[in-house]
Amino acid sequence: MAIDAPQAISTAASAAWRQAHLLDVDDLTPPEFETVFRTADAMQEILSREIKRVPTLRGKTLATLFYEPSTRTRVSFELAAKALGADVVNLTASSSSVTKGESLIDTVRTLQALGVDAVAIRHPQAGAPYVAARHLHCAVINAGDGWHAHPTQALLDLYTVRQHRGGIRGLKVVIVGDILHSRVARSDLWGFSALGAHVVLCAPPTLLPRRFGEHEAWGLPPAEVEPRLERAIEDADVVMALRVQTERQHTAYVGNLRDYIRLYQISTARLRLARPNVLLMHPGPTNEGVELTAEVAQGAQSVIQEQAANGVAVRMALLYLLLAGEAAP
Amino acid sequence: MSPRPIIVRGGRLLDPSQGLDRLSDLLLLDGKVAAVLAPGATAPPEAEAMDARGLIVAPGFIDLHVHLREPGYEQKETIATGTLAAVRGGFTTVLAMANTNPAADSAAVIAWVRDRAEAGAACRVLPVGSVTVGQQGKELAPLAELAEAGAVAFSDDGQPISDPNLLRAALDHARALQRPILAHCEDTDLVGEGVMNEGPVATHLGLPGIPDAAEDSAVAEAIALAAFTAGPLHLCHLSTRGSLALLRIAKEQGLPVTAEVTPHHLLLTDERVLGPAGAGSLARYDTHAKMRPPLRSEADRQALIAALREGLIDAIATDHAPHAAEDKDCEFAAAANGVVGLETAFGVLMRLVHEGALDLTTLVERLTAGPARVIARSGGMVPSDLASGLGTLQLGAPADVVLLDPEAEWTVDPATFASKGRNTPFAGWRLRGRVVTTIVGGETAFTIKR
Repeated sequence: MAIDAPQAISTAASAAWRQAHLLDVDDLTPPEFETVFRTADAMQEILSREIKRVPTLRGKTLATLFYEPSTRTRVSFELAAKALGADVVNLTASSSSVTKGESLIDTVRTLQALGVDAVAIRHPQAGAPYVAARHLHCAVINAGDGWHAHPTQALLDLYTVRQHRGGIRGLKVVIVGDILHSRVARSDLWGFSALGAHVVLCAPPTLLPRRFGEHEAWGLPPAEVEPRLERAIEDADVVMALRVQTERQHTAYVGNLRDYIRLYQISTARLRLARPNVLLMHPGPTNEGVELTAEVAQGAQSVIQEQAANGVAVRMALLYLLLAGEAAP
Repeated sequence: MSPRPIIVRGGRLLDPSQGLDRLSDLLLLDGKVAAVLAPGATAPPEAEAMDARGLIVAPGFIDLHVHLREPGYEQKETIATGTLAAVRGGFTTVLAMANTNPAADSAAVIAWVRDRAEAGAACRVLPVGSVTVGQQGKELAPLAELAEAGAVAFSDDGQPISDPNLLRAALDHARALQRPILAHCEDTDLVGEGVMNEGPVATHLGLPGIPDAAEDSAVAEAIALAAFTAGPLHLCHLSTRGSLALLRIAKEQGLPVTAEVTPHHLLLTDERVLGPAGAGSLARYDTHAKMRPPLRSEADRQALIAALREGLIDAIATDHAPHAAEDKDCEFAAAANGVVGLETAFGVLMRLVHEGALDLTTLVERLTAGPARVIARSGGMVPSDLASGLGTLQLGAPADVVLLDPEAEWTVDPATFASKGRNTPFAGWRLRGRVVTTIVGGETAFTIKR
């Protein structure tokens, strides 16, 4: 039996939400973040049922358009859409006409003409979702663009921390690793800062934006830069380890990998310097043995699997906020 | 057939080449400047009287850096449309860059450009020859052949010459041929995947940055080679404080080095990549702010203005780079580099004058006598009718004249451009200062109704 979305959803989705697209988290207001979290709470309830499906978005179609390989993000969007009764079409760069030189604009226009209501785009070039959004009437969700942003990841990271700590304000959040090339780092920095956390960035100098932290207006919210991991991690409430993109080594950015491990790997001993109830996070996929040890990745403080699980509820919330609109009961 | 005589009456004659700034009438006869007369003086009865009261009368502007795109990229621009855009912007002479298809690396292409210009250009077109064969940066083009065919300078603009031995050889030949190398100085390894200035905006937008050092190190290398060879070096579109410091050292040492700056580097910073002022976040990644070298910081912009004012920078050049709409309407990294500039240059530069950052005489100098020096100083001025000089209203000089209204207000509307390229970062700008009439060789090439 199909059950309608509980009243809790529409109550949670208050008038605070004003976005037509989700391109970045840098212009979300704290009430908008809160709206996403409350809506995700309601979605969690649906996901805990025996039949994890409601018809709220029946008749709507989500297209996932991925120009980069991804498993968890794409699958998470698909599960989220299906749980709300929407249809999903998946396009990847290798299986569609994308490989025939069809431009991004042509592709998204075609999707719109075919009646798609929302497009989740993953693209190797920063700003590509903006190009799509300028040419579309339907909702565009940035599923990760270049080094720029990964807003749904940031929202699920925040949501996971909020679940454990009840809120974000006042927490010490340490982001460790390749900040320069990380869309997750950028979006997390915006999100955690907007909600009042104290963010510390810890990275080798080549993997930080040049002169970042030297003055306030360096393109991202103010953050403390502490290149020594042992100091950065001290009394941390959250440690976010970023994936070391070993394929970038040739560009001299990462430097010697043994040096990286020596200085920046999250290990049991280093994690002991944080608060006892520290949350260890990672956007995945992890390189165990590089940016963190297998022991901590699977340890008691790790919430890496929870992040993945929460991704579905958070993406359901976003799809609901972007698509239900006037259809809300 | 010689053009009808013209008497320009009642204007403020402003010719920095002669230090001239006074109310005068100007008589143009047989395509040449014939006389500077007291206001109201008698003129030949057949002369066309042009009312210039309230206007500035100046030598026609010279643009050292224009991409006319023909042959090869006629969908972006042609010699006809590009020169029409030029005269609408007050330019009477443009240097046509060599990165066409085929590149201007043979006498045949240079001759073809000159023929096309003779048949259908609205202003003078001085061809630039390619430094290397096919602009590939591998082997030198036949520079002597190009010079003989009419190339007034050599450039691989758009594609920096990364092999210093090639640049050294090119400067050696340039000295012998008395024509400057117009050098686009960027270290391509340091540019890497960069698509905008490395700075806060790039950090925010997650776009790969181009460090200042990419330009500074290439400028340093080019200056060192100019010093070593004594070859005439002209530095295109400088954008960084570091470049200016190096240029200062070169000039203090008396090296044969000149430099230009573009209107967009003088008026805009990398913040423009976020979109036009007041536009929302959806306007981010604005490809009309994508060019090489990239728009830099406000500190760089201020340094460029100061360097232009004091004369460290010799000329303003537009780097007019027309593109088809689809070349710009795409992902930022995939978008073509460059913006159009001919039709907006004077108006946007007048902002600097109205703001008090630059005086009008200096602005006109950097658009006339300044660029004329760059091409003339090395003796590379081939066409004999130009022997008496461009960028000046001296008696006997070609009758290339522009009438300017420093107060007229207008709004930039790319739809009205003569250029095929609509890729301007200044769309919608309300400007004060406008080109009213452009005279090329004694003939009116452009005039607006007043």
